[in-house]
This record gives sequence, structure tokens and C-alpha cells, in this order.
Amino acid sequence: MPSQQVRGMATLKMISIRLKSVKNIQKITQSMKMVSAAKYTKAERELKLARPMGIGAQEFYKKAEVKDEEGDKGQLIIACSSDRGLCGAVHSSIGRIVKADIAANPNTKVVIIGDKVRNILQRLYGKNIAMVVTEVGRKPAVFGDAAIVAQAIINAGIEFNKGKILFNTFRTVVSFRTTEMPLFSPGAVANASKLPVYDSLDSDVIQSYTEFSLASLLFYSMKENATSEQSSRMTAMDNASKNAGEMIDKLTMTFNRTRQAVITRELIEIISGASALESKN
Amino acid sequence: MALTRSALRLFSGRFTQACQVRGYADASSMSLTFAAPTQVLYNNAAVKQVDVPSFSGSFGILPAHVPTLAVLKPGVVTVFENDGSNKKFFVSSGTVTINEDSTVQLLAEEAVPVDSLDISAAKELLTQAQSQLASASTDVAKAEAQISIEVSEALVKACE
Repeated sequence: MPSQQVRGMATLKMISIRLKSVKNIQKITQSMKMVSAAKYTKAERELKLARPMGIGAQEFYKKAEVKDEEGDKGQLIIACSSDRGLCGAVHSSIGRIVKADIAANPNTKVVIIGDKVRNILQRLYGKNIAMVVTEVGRKPAVFGDAAIVAQAIINAGIEFNKGKILFNTFRTVVSFRTTEMPLFSPGAVANASKLPVYDSLDSDVIQSYTEFSLASLLFYSMKENATSEQSSRMTAMDNASKNAGEMIDKLTMTFNRTRQAVITRELIEIISGASALESKN
Repeated sequence: MALTRSALRLFSGRFTQACQVRGYADASSMSLTFAAPTQVLYNNAAVKQVDVPSFSGSFGILPAHVPTLAVLKPGVVTVFENDGSNKKFFVSSGTVTINEDSTVQLLAEEAVPVDSLDISAAKELLTQAQSQLASASTDVAKAEAQISIEVSEALVKACE
């Protein structure tokens, strides 16, 4: 119940302004949901086609039993996110894991894809950020984008013993799982226990192979993350529209009650004024 | 085993499907995953042989091939399927992994069936790439133009 010492009319105006603005917000969130739904359908379709390559690219490292190197060159984390928010827990879940990792292992360098995680990490761990990729998320990722990022990482010559790619694996429309994919340094590959099984390898082949697989793995994680992001945004906007709808219902109730109270008060004033006049006579 | 398999094929389609799923751990077939970023050509499919063009030479992969890694060159990949047919695909670049258990991962940057290639467009691409090389000034531009030439030459060869 609005606490009003003010005349009924003014509160009525305030409620109607509020009502109009919440209705506008509901329209906006509904249209954002539609847009996300369309982008999600496309992203999921592309993800299905990208999954075999992404899973295939990890096979060698599993079959050759490549393990993280020992050493003190530290850790490299590639965190996938995007530039746009309003998508639920997608970016914050990645930011949380990176923060925990850096706290546990201060000798960590982070390559960030997308502005959102950069904003999360900038304040406390700005020194650990090695590279940030921006202009991510507006258009669906293509292999060329992943190749550019991979090339930049290689050119920067970041040295590491342990590595991982952090992204959100898409499970269903309402759920995603934050996943870590291991990334192995060239030294780790060279020391793999089953590497001698592989015939006629020279360092050129291994280098080209690991570079291409870095690009493939990055592409795959970008695709998974994009799909998770769009579906999460769809759910978030849907919830926002529902909440806005509830607020509209409550405000409309209040508005009507206030309107009726105003009318009743005016009637009482008129009638008591009239009866005062009559009794005087 | 081969006799029973063909006999079963005569009787019912359902039985053959149940048989073919088993191919993975056989020494007589290998499991091929041939994928590009935007399409899947074979996903853990049992095939007889795959011929790949690589920088260390073109070679054919049969089941129980020695494990190795190779980098793909622009060229044609030929997949010989279990039923005797073969399919040709043009790949621009990528990697091939052959593991101990006869699983093969052929990851291409771009892969198209050779049938969908247009020879006149390929020739045009080649002339364009050659003029690019002639006008290239920096080392990077020269290298990029040379890559275009290699790919277009392979494309033209694949169309013929």
C-alpha cells in the first residue's frame, strides 16, 4: 500500500509513470529473448557440426597420454567469454574459476576472449592478463577467428608448463557446464609417454600439428560458449519478462485501488459538504 | 565371418546395422573421423582405406597403420568405404592423426566434395594468385600469395 500523505492524484500519476516504464522494459526483454532464441538456434546448429572436429582434435592428446610438464614456467589460462552481458551466469562462472586458480597459483597468465571476463578480472588480477580479444559475440565465430587468436598466442611466445581452456559446454537450453579443457605445452607433447609409438615425427610436424590443434580447440570452445551464452540469455530475458509481468500486475492492482480511493474520497467530500449545508438549513 | 555377413544382408536390413556398429575394435577396419569446422563428413565411421595428401608425402591409411601425425597439403582425400565405393574430397589444409587403436582423426580446415568444384573458377583463382605473387612486396604477402597458388594449383588438379 502506497504510504500517501500526498493528495491521491499525485500518487496516481507516479504509479502510472512507473507502470508505463515497466511495460516498456517488458517489451524490451521480450524482444531480446526473441533475438537470442533465433541466434541460439543458429549457434546450436553450427555447434553440432563443429563438435566432431573439436572432440577429434583432443583425441591425440588422450591417446598419446600427454601430461602436464613439470617446471616453473607457470600456467596459461585461455578464458572464453564475450563482450555482451545480460546472459545469466555465463561470464561470472568463468571469472570465478579464473580468480580461484590465480589465487592458488599466482604464476598464471590469462588470455581473455571477450570484454566481460576482463572487467571481472581487471581490478584484482590485472597484472595476470596477458592478452584480451575484443569484438567477440556480435557475429558467430568462424574458424578464421580462432586461427587469428591462436596465431596471436603463438606470436606472443607465452611460455607455460600447464595450460587450460575455460569455456561453458552447452548441455540443454536451460543448463550449461563450465568446463576445463587441458592445453599442453610443446614440451609436454615432446615428453608424452606414448609419443615414440608415433612414427616418423620431426619437430616441424609436431609444431604445425600443435598450432593447428590449438586453433581447432579454440574454435570448438568458442562455439560451445556462444551456444551456452545465447541459451542462457534467452532464459534470463524470459525470466525478466515474467518478473516484469508480475510487477505490472501488482502495479495495476495498486493503481486501480488508488484510483477507487481517490474517487471515494471525492464522493465523501461532496456528500459531507452537501449534508453540512443541509443541516445548517 | 564375411560369408555370414553377406548372408545376413540378404535377409534383413536391421541385422546388418547391428553388425556394422562393431567395426571400431576390429583389426580389419578403422574408425575414421573426418571433420571440418563447419561440417562433419565421417564421424567414427568404419572405412577400409583413406588416402591423404600430406607435406611428408601422400600416403594411404589402412587398418593397423603405424601410428603417426601428419600435416595436410592442399589436395584430394580419397575415402574407400566398406562397400567398395570411394569418395573424393578436396582439403585445403589440416592435420591427420593415426592412433594405436586404428582410430584416425582427419581434421581439415576446409573440405569439399570434388564434384562440387568448378574448374573455371579454380583456374581463375590460380591466375589471381599468380598476379598476387607478382605484386607482393613484403615477405608475409609473398608467403600468403604462394599459399594461394599452392591451393589453386591443387584445386585445378583435383578438377581434372
